[in-house]
Amino acid sequence: MLTCKQFLQELNDYLDETLDPQTRAELQKHVNECPNCWVVCDTTQKTLKVFKGMDPKPIPDDIHTRLWDALERKMRDKGPASC
Amino acid sequence: MTLLLIDWNYFSVSTSTVASGFDESALVARAQAGDMAAFSELVQHYDRRVFRMAKQITQNDDDAEDVLQETFLKAYTHLGDFHGNSKFYTWLVRIAVNEALMKLRKRRSDRTVPLDEPIDTGEDEVVREIAVWDQNPEDSYSREELAELLDQAIQSLKPAYRTVFILRDIEEMSIEETAAALGLSISAVKSRLLRARLQLREKLTRQFKRKGDDAFAYL
Repeated sequence: MLTCKQFLQELNDYLDETLDPQTRAELQKHVNECPNCWVVCDTTQKTLKVFKGMDPKPIPDDIHTRLWDALERKMRDKGPASC
Repeated sequence: MTLLLIDWNYFSVSTSTVASGFDESALVARAQAGDMAAFSELVQHYDRRVFRMAKQITQNDDDAEDVLQETFLKAYTHLGDFHGNSKFYTWLVRIAVNEALMKLRKRRSDRTVPLDEPIDTGEDEVVREIAVWDQNPEDSYSREELAELLDQAIQSLKPAYRTVFILRDIEEMSIEETAAALGLSISAVKSRLLRARLQLREKLTRQFKRKGDDAFAYL
């Protein structure tokens, strides 16, 4: 019988679906029977989903302008990138 | 101190991004053939993500700007060293991470290098908040509020955990790529990632838990 601590140690691989079928089945059984681990697993999964769903904010205009100034200087000085 | 040296040809998975008219491989090939407009298009496509990552790692606007510039300037200079053995963006991330970590180390040179800090791998303190979340709790926040909340949660992590989480779960690099980019072992990446995920889960649970549910309600 898997303990909660053992489940937690495997949580990454469980969420990333990188476990062999037998280990995954054991973890699945534990999570179905243990309310605490079910909550931890569910909320960790939702945590990852929230972070992955965030688009990056626009770069502030002044920073953006300076980036392009620097790139234009580099392209002018170095010429075309080449292999 | 761990020195990170960029091995430009490390990555072995060959893929290309073709989405909504953006063909990464074709743009890289054109840029390598001397088409500056193609390189500019790559910059336009990725600059926001590079800046976000730089800011998340360095926690500082000035450093993030330096990282942003250095990343694309170095990418332009070394474009000929990129042989398409990985996604171009993965290669770009590796440059950006290297630059960002150098900033962190420089800033903290009088103290322990953050990525080399011994990591407490005990799990006893990482699962305290056990409560189900509201249905789609993020919908209760404006986009800006949610972004701020997530930024704060990431900022609260130790750099060693933060950097692994950013690469693996935000930039969606593999465990192996994350390990190579940070000069860490696979097992170190896995243990830091677990800690980061659980700490973030805990922080978000405090915000998102269903009203009326007490912590440990399921004990």
